[in-house]
Amino acid sequence: MHALVFIKQVPDASQVRVNYETGTLIREGVPAILNPFEAHAVEEAVRLREEYGGKVTVITMGPPQATEALKECLSRGADKAYLLSDRVFAGSDTLATSYALYEGARKVIELEGEVDLFFAGKQAIDGDTAQTGPGIATRFDIPLVTYLMKLDNVDFDKKQALATRLTEFGQETLQVPLPAFFTVEETLNELSHAPLPWLIKAAKTKIEMLSSENVNLDREQCGLRHSPTKVKKAFTPEKRQRGETLTGSVEELSQKTSHILIPFLKKD
Amino acid sequence: MSSKLKYDVIIVGAGPAGLSAAIVLAKAGVKVIVLERGKFPGSKNVMGGVFYSDCMKDVVDEFPGKAPVERHIIDQRMWILDAHSSVGFNHKNELFNEKPYNCHTVFRAKFDRWLAGEAEKAGALIINNTVVRAPLMENGKVIGVKTDRPQGDVFANCVIASDGVNSLFAKAMGLRKKIKPESVAIAVKEVIGLDENVINDRFNIKGDEGVTIEMTGSYFNGETMAFLYTNKKSVSLGVGMVLKDVLKNKLNPNDLIEQLKKHPSVAPLIEGGETKEFLAHLIPEGGYKEMPKLVGNGVMIAGDSAMMVDAIHREGSNLAITSGKFAAETYLEAAKKGDFSEKSLSLYVTKLQNSFVLKDLKKYKGVPDLLQTNKRLLQQYPKLLNQAAFEMLNVDGVPIKDKEKLIWKSVKKEIGIGHLVKDLFKLWRNMA
Repeated sequence: MHALVFIKQVPDASQVRVNYETGTLIREGVPAILNPFEAHAVEEAVRLREEYGGKVTVITMGPPQATEALKECLSRGADKAYLLSDRVFAGSDTLATSYALYEGARKVIELEGEVDLFFAGKQAIDGDTAQTGPGIATRFDIPLVTYLMKLDNVDFDKKQALATRLTEFGQETLQVPLPAFFTVEETLNELSHAPLPWLIKAAKTKIEMLSSENVNLDREQCGLRHSPTKVKKAFTPEKRQRGETLTGSVEELSQKTSHILIPFLKKD
Repeated sequence: MSSKLKYDVIIVGAGPAGLSAAIVLAKAGVKVIVLERGKFPGSKNVMGGVFYSDCMKDVVDEFPGKAPVERHIIDQRMWILDAHSSVGFNHKNELFNEKPYNCHTVFRAKFDRWLAGEAEKAGALIINNTVVRAPLMENGKVIGVKTDRPQGDVFANCVIASDGVNSLFAKAMGLRKKIKPESVAIAVKEVIGLDENVINDRFNIKGDEGVTIEMTGSYFNGETMAFLYTNKKSVSLGVGMVLKDVLKNKLNPNDLIEQLKKHPSVAPLIEGGETKEFLAHLIPEGGYKEMPKLVGNGVMIAGDSAMMVDAIHREGSNLAITSGKFAAETYLEAAKKGDFSEKSLSLYVTKLQNSFVLKDLKKYKGVPDLLQTNKRLLQQYPKLLNQAAFEMLNVDGVPIKDKEKLIWKSVKKEIGIGHLVKDLFKLWRNMA
């Protein structure tokens, strides 16, 4: 089995504050972390490797500091890590990013062999677009399963798996031919405490570097100039007022609520 | 992957003590693993911020070199605060502008991370996010450590425990008694962002020059020390107090910082600043008398875990680095004989005894007790000193002679001649 996991280093959203005057995020001094959904993607890939054998490779596009997030993936059990880093990618939107990662992944496949399962988080907590993973899958022209909750019956001989995904109306279970692309939910698995030998191996593993020098890139699809997404306006939603909490017995509560609701009812 | 994890030396904790030991050992070709509980070295480490350079000379080739230091200190001030006044003393010296600089302000999160990078360059293996739970023992000898991870037992000839003030390791080994609330201080500090030029103007300095201000006195309740240090684009304002006083007087260290910010001598220096960070840590200030046993069979204790803090001179990280270096040198000697018994490792204690580390700690061994038992030293005397300074400097038509009488009268009333003589004698005995 060969799993390839796409990851992203993101600012820790729990520590990002908003400048209410300019409507922008204050990123200064905010620690960078591995996108939480992708920790679960790596966990799933590693779980499969432990069960079926094979290897797990991770890749990210980002500045040199993104090696920190790749190292975390290695500590969680990934076998190899690739950093796709180049100035030509600066300012990429999700379209340009998915193109860059697609080309990067093609290089990884050339070096590491064919991939059976592609994973990414359902979205990154800094942009929340949920577009990059599907963008890569589309370029590979392989089945895409978003919002993955459960992955069962992975059969590498028959090249298929049973995937359960979260939808707006509930869950659906699909039989998916492999190779396929999965973007995952946090509920997919529980993060485990990796064995010490994995951390030791990770500390000794070198991050492999990819750039325009060793990846075949069409520069007409890279970076800010070829990113059609334009931010038209940024605004800060008004701070919502806190709701009122009612307490009391069922009778009291029904009285209180009806008092509140009646003025809103139409007379006819 | 099921083979035994075996190294020459295990170092518990990637702080200054552990990392300097790792560097010296790795440079000598020893196979060393450092186990750190934080997300990265320095992520859990805090100090006031003054780092003395001298201890680095046998650890790295060049210091500060590329090390992340803030400002080199050329002016050190000491203030004794009363309710709305202060009496101060300072020493500013052009000699402190000569390289190698005596000391710098540093941020430990950056500094320890840099030092860890040096250790890795030297060949040490650093593993983060891993907690050492207990020593592994065989026939009364430490043969390794047990971590909180699966397959987490690691074996070695020798363990250097430098896991900080709350050293689980020293405790699990029974080398240390339970820490008493009078032997540790709680230090809290706020990093307040200010423009570089504003700092230079307010503190009368230029370029990378820096100032430290140490404060104590009757402005605070109990045994409290405060400080204000200049960084490049911020100042660190902090308060440290003995845990016992915090508990007894039900004090909140955060309130003390807020109180300190309002003192008329402090307020103008931090005006307009924005709080960037808030940090807190325990500082082992019990001194010489509270130190644990420093060696056992297959184990040495270094740095904060061994209570190596000289609170009088606000030194700690340099003691830690020196002790780590000595522990490493001791290992190298012991390895020649292949003997890691307590007796063989006692060379570590000898090295410490012959250096400033134990000499300084021994010199001030009575001070923690003295400050705890004699409340006059940090309460009444500072008040009187401030009153006396005011009387002598305030011109109000009263003859100086009468003012002297007045001051002497309040000394007799507030303290008493007997106490004064005794206190001076005790102070001289403990400090000189």
